Amino acid sequence: MNFAVLQFPASNCDQDAVHAVRLLGHAARLVWHKDASLGDTDCVIVPGGFSYGDYLRCGAIARFSPVMQAVKQFADNGGLVLGICNGFQVLTEAGLLPGALIRNRDLQFHCENIFLKTATNDSPFTSKIPVGKILRVPIAHGEGCYFADEETLAKLKANNQILWQYCDAKGNLADSANPNGALQNIAGICNEKRNVAGLMPHPERACEPLLGSDDGKWIFESIFAALKNKTVAQAA
Amino acid sequence: MKAKIIITPKKAVLDPQGKTVQSALEHMGYTGVTGVHIGKYIEIDLAPGTEKAVAHKAINDAAHKLLSNPVIEDYKLEIE
Repeated sequence: MNFAVLQFPASNCDQDAVHAVRLLGHAARLVWHKDASLGDTDCVIVPGGFSYGDYLRCGAIARFSPVMQAVKQFADNGGLVLGICNGFQVLTEAGLLPGALIRNRDLQFHCENIFLKTATNDSPFTSKIPVGKILRVPIAHGEGCYFADEETLAKLKANNQILWQYCDAKGNLADSANPNGALQNIAGICNEKRNVAGLMPHPERACEPLLGSDDGKWIFESIFAALKNKTVAQAA
Repeated sequence: MKAKIIITPKKAVLDPQGKTVQSALEHMGYTGVTGVHIGKYIEIDLAPGTEKAVAHKAINDAAHKLLSNPVIEDYKLEIE
């Protein structure tokens, strides 16, 4: 499978994402933000970092990059898009995902390992995560507090669009396990069509035991499986 | 000619900066403060002779698309 990892000025998790995909046995390459085309791509990763210095709002400027027009079209055609951290912020700013990410409630930048509960296996991003498995992955953000108005939140729940929630080691959705004040402990969501997802934690930084956890690989394995099914379906 | 845009967080959105400043003001002894909301102020210089109504329409569009995020922020626009 071919992964396109976007590269904006001040992206800083782009190489990590490329490394993780290659480590797990697939092809990945960087796509510069000024490119108007994605080329031969099965899945797009919008990586973490501080695109355009986080000026104005996180992700606000990046969404107008030429490459984002291509990503929007790719997503409209059903392509899989995953936004990680700043990538999640870019996707909400671009309107590809509902809601917004605002300043952490304690105003602090959080750089730590957290626990994640998978709210549903019914998505191309979660299907291979073992049922009941609590993922241990890092976060590193100052503006990761997920916000959506009541109507949007109700819709997210009704459509099963909440994919990951912050929890304690036992899987309880405790407020003390919520690092940023996100509504309903939301760490990641998908769109209604379920082909675009975003999350604040960094699965790409937790794909090998050397880094302390390889739980992040389950998210990538889910994507690989979804792409494989798609290829099989297209061939049939 | 200038466009002045004041952007504030929507009331329903958590404003931890505002809350922190409010509690600092209380600690300093300023009484009667019932709320602090922290936003942004943007000034845009416009070419002289620009028609006000045209500028208003264009900046309003820009404020909606780029300068503010309507999910979490409100804005006020003035052209002077």
